[in-house]
Amino acid sequence: MNNIVALTTDDIKQIAHLARIGLDEAAIEPLRDDLTTVLSLVEQLNAIDTAGVEPMAHPGNAELRLRDDVVSEENRRDALQAPAPDVEQGYFLVPRVIE
Amino acid sequence: MSWETVIGLEIHAQLATRSKIFSGASTAFGAEPNTQACAVDLGLPGVLPVVNAGVVSMAVRFALATDAFITKRSQFARKNYFYPDLPKGYQISQMALPIVGEGSVTVTLPDESEKQINITRAHLEEDAGKSVHDLFDERTGIDLNRAGTPLLEIVSEPDMRSAVEAVAYARHIHALVRYIDICDGNMQEGSFRCDANVSVRPSGQAEFGTRAEIKNLNSFRFLERAIDFEVERQIDRLESGHSVVQETRLYDADKDETRSMRSKEEANDYRYFPDPDLPPLVIDEAFISDVKAAMPELPKARSARFVNDFKLTPADANTVVSDRATADYFEAVIKGQKFPAKLAANWITGELSGRLNKDNLAIADASVGPERLSLLLTRIEDGTISGKIAKQVFEDMWSGKDSADDIIEKKGLKQITDTSAIEAMIDEVIAANPSQVAEYQAGKEKLLSFFVGAVMKASKGKANPGQLNQILRDKLKSG
Repeated sequence: MNNIVALTTDDIKQIAHLARIGLDEAAIEPLRDDLTTVLSLVEQLNAIDTAGVEPMAHPGNAELRLRDDVVSEENRRDALQAPAPDVEQGYFLVPRVIE
Repeated sequence: MSWETVIGLEIHAQLATRSKIFSGASTAFGAEPNTQACAVDLGLPGVLPVVNAGVVSMAVRFALATDAFITKRSQFARKNYFYPDLPKGYQISQMALPIVGEGSVTVTLPDESEKQINITRAHLEEDAGKSVHDLFDERTGIDLNRAGTPLLEIVSEPDMRSAVEAVAYARHIHALVRYIDICDGNMQEGSFRCDANVSVRPSGQAEFGTRAEIKNLNSFRFLERAIDFEVERQIDRLESGHSVVQETRLYDADKDETRSMRSKEEANDYRYFPDPDLPPLVIDEAFISDVKAAMPELPKARSARFVNDFKLTPADANTVVSDRATADYFEAVIKGQKFPAKLAANWITGELSGRLNKDNLAIADASVGPERLSLLLTRIEDGTISGKIAKQVFEDMWSGKDSADDIIEKKGLKQITDTSAIEAMIDEVIAANPSQVAEYQAGKEKLLSFFVGAVMKASKGKANPGQLNQILRDKLKSG
């Protein structure tokens, strides 16, 4: 149970890219070490024998509350689009996305 | 070398709820851009998703219809990726614990044989918005009306071995989701979408080949053509010493080909994790029995009942039940009537469905409803009119409001069953065609249909065909 996960510099770059976070080169190494430490901390959970314990997807005892299938929202486009940087003919405009 | 094709399908069925999966915004199609996108759909800070109960019961309905495992504690997860039509930066979906587990359907293939196709899972998720690329210069327009529309993604096992089987399965699921009223099945509007995972392997090999995923298949015809093209492409590559790359490909209907969508490949790391905003979705037995109680009779059971109770052939029964509205119409037509149910089945699948196709109408909008058709079929059965005349009457009924009886009366279409009247017409035809009579009597029996036609014409189609045939034969024989 001692597989300490050691993150590589490439792992950090990949995670940053997927999360669209810009990182200075200088920040990568300290971040790699910090995250590796966090992972080792979590790794301790693997030492616990969980045979026979039901998998848990969510902490706490809460269950989902459901709502009836009813339309309860009105059209508030003007208000909701007011903070948007660019709007035309009811559309939100973004820089061109090419498939 | 001979090759075997292996296909699995992922079907996205838009659930026919009034409101969205996590918000109270309307799901109606075709509204002005962003008029049905509320703060939750827009992913504004501070909002929380609340699950729509209608979505849950529809998923359970699908599970019951496919003999599938129902997960008592399922979980929503975040699928993380960046795209402008996904405002939150993640799609709420299900990963480890989907609401519907393993199930199966039995599909009828075009050659009437049956094949079981296993379903791996079906999970709930929200749809994304729409990007519009051709409306604005240098910019993309985003309409988030569709964002948050509930989807059931139905994932099959790689159980299909040809494009034909894949289409049969897709049609089966398409009919089923409409039958149980969970999806309108409108493929043009994107309510029912297919992705196909396609690979080939040398016949007899146990391991699967490398697969390509084909997207953008919005009709059954495109599904079939895209798979056929892709299978050819993969075989060509393998036979010329190349390998198949695992990738996403887009079907281009105009060029009838699939092409690589390399831009999306590197993003295939979605970093799923349970959505902390949504605790487990717990379904108890009481909920399941409520859904079960409200389930309509499924096509298979209904077809068997039609064969048993109404003596339809299995083929006729399958055609009639393939669409729930058609099966309802059929039952309404035959209710309490004396004519054989087969007559109703023939008319519904023939004359009526032909007419509906011509006018591009659904059976619910048929201008001739079940009661009116019932009366028409009664008039065939009691001998008032022949089947052929009935078709004329049907056309008149379709374009107006008159009943079959009104039209028969007004147009004088009542069948001639008076033996002496038919005899008189036959005598005239025989007298007018001496040479044909001679030929017939010399053995050219094919000419009978010539005489039948001539007498029918003289009677304006109203002579009773059975009587006409009998009397004509007798008269021609005796010369």
